[in-house]
Amino acid sequence: MSAPYDRGRIEDFGRFRRFSAGMWAWVLHKATGWVLIGYLFAHIAVLSTAIPAAGNAEAIAAEADLYTRTLQGLEGIFLVRVLEVGLLTAAVFHMVNGIRLLLVDLGIGLERQVQTFYASLVVTAVIVLASIPVFLPPEVVPW
Amino acid sequence: MTGSRPTFRHGSLAWFLQRVTAVVLLFTLAFHFLWLHFVNHAAEVTLWGSALRMDRLSYLLLMVVFLLTAAFHGINGIYNALVNEGLSGRARRVTAWVLAIAGTILVVQGLRVSVALAGVVN
Repeated sequence: MSAPYDRGRIEDFGRFRRFSAGMWAWVLHKATGWVLIGYLFAHIAVLSTAIPAAGNAEAIAAEADLYTRTLQGLEGIFLVRVLEVGLLTAAVFHMVNGIRLLLVDLGIGLERQVQTFYASLVVTAVIVLASIPVFLPPEVVPW
Repeated sequence: MTGSRPTFRHGSLAWFLQRVTAVVLLFTLAFHFLWLHFVNHAAEVTLWGSALRMDRLSYLLLMVVFLLTAAFHGINGIYNALVNEGLSGRARRVTAWVLAIAGTILVVQGLRVSVALAGVVN
């Protein structure tokens, strides 16, 4: 007797085509949540350079302390600026969709979940696009 | 709606706190982004500037509230997501402990950073 053919990932991937707006909202809320908590740990790790740097008054006055050099060094990397835009996107979507979820929990907009999900995407896109000049160096942003 | 997810205890204290921290985070996270990207630019952050901000008690308390609510909301959110995916039994208990310890380390380290920054000006 032959073993059953394992369709594996191909079949799993096909499921995504059957996703509804509500399922996409759920998936994106979870995904952005993972990004945000992961970032929180990394953020506190970077800010921890303040602990050894805090005792060196001369370096702090000269803006040459470990904390200042670390943060400004990271901000000088273009990829970090791009990742910050990604972080903003995740945060804004999580917040806007979170408001939508809070309202649904209160029984508001229950029958308009699909429309409010698309509205969440539009609001996120508008806020992120308008914020890009703040995050990326002026020589990169054409507007 | 939640009948198909018996492990999601709708109405529990954790469920309530998840919603309360969400509301608090709407304001604290938005403020954090606005203040440290739009008003003060991240590329110009210095230890002295951060210390001056943290020297204000209202700002320090806001950041501590931000840290506590973000840590709870994020850690509890991960736990809920894993439980909804079917995590149960011993693995569920171990995960709860690992997340609780990770969250505690995050909060303690965040508080140490806050104290270090707040102590620079004085």
